[in-house]
Amino acid sequence: MTAPAHDSPPAPHAARSTRPPSEDYGPSVPGFEASGGDWDEIAREAIGEERIVVNMGPQHPSTHGVLRLMLEIDGETVTEARCGIGYLHTGIEKNMEFRTWTQGTTFCTRMDYLAPLFQETAYCLGTERLLGITDDVPERASVIRVLMMELNRVASHLVCLGTGGNEMGATTVMTIGFTAREEILRLFEAITGLRMNHAYVRPGGVATDAPEGFTDQVRAALPKVRGYLGQLGDLMLANPIFRSRLTDVGVLNLAGCFALGITGPVLRSAGHPYDVRKTFPYSGYETYDFDVPTDTAADSYSRVVLRLEECYQSLKIVEQCLQRLDDTVGAPVMVADKKVAWPAQLSVGSDGQGNSLDHIRQIMGTSMEALIHHFKLVTEGFGVPAGQTWQTVEHPRGELGVHLVSDGGTRPYRAHFRDPSFNNLQAVSVLCEGGQVADVVVAVASLDPVLGGVDR
Amino acid sequence: MTPDEGREVARGGHDLPEPTAELVAERTGMFGAHGTGDTSGYGGLVRTVTMPPAAARPYGSWFDEAVDVLAEVLGEQGVTFGDAVERVTVFDPRRRDDVDPGTDPSDDAELTLYVAREHLVPVCQVLRDDQDLRFELSLGVSGVHYPEDAGRELHAVYHLTSVTHARRLRLEVTCPDADPHIPTTTGVYPTNDWHERETWDFFGIVFDGHPGLARIEMPDDWPGHPQRKDYPLGGIPVEYKGATVPPPDTRRQYS
Repeated sequence: MTAPAHDSPPAPHAARSTRPPSEDYGPSVPGFEASGGDWDEIAREAIGEERIVVNMGPQHPSTHGVLRLMLEIDGETVTEARCGIGYLHTGIEKNMEFRTWTQGTTFCTRMDYLAPLFQETAYCLGTERLLGITDDVPERASVIRVLMMELNRVASHLVCLGTGGNEMGATTVMTIGFTAREEILRLFEAITGLRMNHAYVRPGGVATDAPEGFTDQVRAALPKVRGYLGQLGDLMLANPIFRSRLTDVGVLNLAGCFALGITGPVLRSAGHPYDVRKTFPYSGYETYDFDVPTDTAADSYSRVVLRLEECYQSLKIVEQCLQRLDDTVGAPVMVADKKVAWPAQLSVGSDGQGNSLDHIRQIMGTSMEALIHHFKLVTEGFGVPAGQTWQTVEHPRGELGVHLVSDGGTRPYRAHFRDPSFNNLQAVSVLCEGGQVADVVVAVASLDPVLGGVDR
Repeated sequence: MTPDEGREVARGGHDLPEPTAELVAERTGMFGAHGTGDTSGYGGLVRTVTMPPAAARPYGSWFDEAVDVLAEVLGEQGVTFGDAVERVTVFDPRRRDDVDPGTDPSDDAELTLYVAREHLVPVCQVLRDDQDLRFELSLGVSGVHYPEDAGRELHAVYHLTSVTHARRLRLEVTCPDADPHIPTTTGVYPTNDWHERETWDFFGIVFDGHPGLARIEMPDDWPGHPQRKDYPLGGIPVEYKGATVPPPDTRRQYS
């Protein structure tokens, strides 16, 4: 088949939707053209060669959101894979520059919506470092943060495993994964009032203490979660179909991981035990007993195994947290400095969670200074000394970094989030090229990208 | 050049006995109101925005050793340390009030090297490859816009991690708004590919030599770079399939 020259672009009024076979291909080759965006350009490049350009997404169900993959395929083999992102960009970082430091948690919790508590904690740890109050954060607040993050890690991994299974047709894996996640979301709801978008971790501590009986509720839920994890393991790990679909697919070795800045389970599947919780401990992680599982196969299957293992390790940390919570009942969960601590005293009223009426009555009725202080702190916020900081936490998908710059004002001068999904998506070409089209879905699922975090 | 000489240049020579803070901006008034609109009575307030000053030796912790090694290896390559690294700062939020060079920095201290843009790539190469430095993991690029920092308006901030030595280091590179060019570091750290695209997208810093410096988050034909301080939050009319969606504050009101 010879390629006709494309001297002139198609007339602007030419039919742009699906149309009959183009004359470019000759009469014997049936084909249809899609249009929109830069698609015409990509398709024009490909004409004349025995290759097909497939646009996968941004609305494809197995791209974990609005990820667009541009695949160049030769038969069943992917010869080139490119990512298009930005469909979910909402300017969260820009918005944060216009809100107080406390309001920032409300924004960053919406980035990676499957792991909201990690963004909140990283952001608050960074803010506390700029304030120089890292050591003043109460022990109980740190324990609650660790507890919430580890529960969140399990919930996030469950979605990864569940949707990953669903994309290969294993619907039961998905339903079990989401049922187990539901148990954890109920715990979140009990303590923060919300299932996602918590804004629970605040600079200086956490918004509110764990309610009475919370540790018992967690203790009751843990065996169920563990049971579901066992079922997931039974369903996936020994399943010959599952194994053959994932083994040796999406391989990325250690050198590739470091070159591309890949962290988290993908790096650990290549054999390196790098985990921020161990290397640069924060929130007291150095005082917890847990292991960092690794593997050396560096393929999608080993990442599934590692995520399951990490869930068990997280549950181990959760149990240690529960013990510490029981030991510190009644201890403060916010720094003592009233110039930083959010003044709201939350309580559970008849209409759900809200400001404590007693507190409001007190400041309104007895102390004008307290009222002024409350008003200033809520509307204007607290000032943070000028400087910049870099704080990272171990996110379910890798190393989440927060770069905060303050100019001494009451709002961040710049807040930048290095989201692990954003970085890890760079590996898609390496993981997919040379493999089969069907393996693209498996390889992308093994990276576990969440587009809310990628695009921010 | 010996590391000792590099140390002096990093401090700005012997002429400056005390480190002075780096002035980046000056703010007046409060509440964002100016001129006749300012009824707050705070219009006369002047607040200076300063960034941490150049640090004095000894920096403390592992910082001295790392800077010495960097100076030595750069010297072997014929690069003067003072030319490559304009300033070394140690930002320690817990030591801010009593600037005492004698005490060791706290665990929160962060080392920043302000690198001249023409020397960025060799510095990265040394930081990655030298066995005593081994900053093998780059965690991306972050841009910051300081419109009042004349001649150095745009900053690109690189965060490097040494997994081997459990250390973290920040490189800061500046470029003027009129000449927003910084060499790409993708040759040393391929992971910076997307991060540099993002910084170009949001700040307009051109990373020379980048393999494909296209917009990544914003649409390809978007005018302007949204994270810059002179770019408004919202208020941009958005065109979608021929129809124009007006900014939120100019839409029809239902009240």
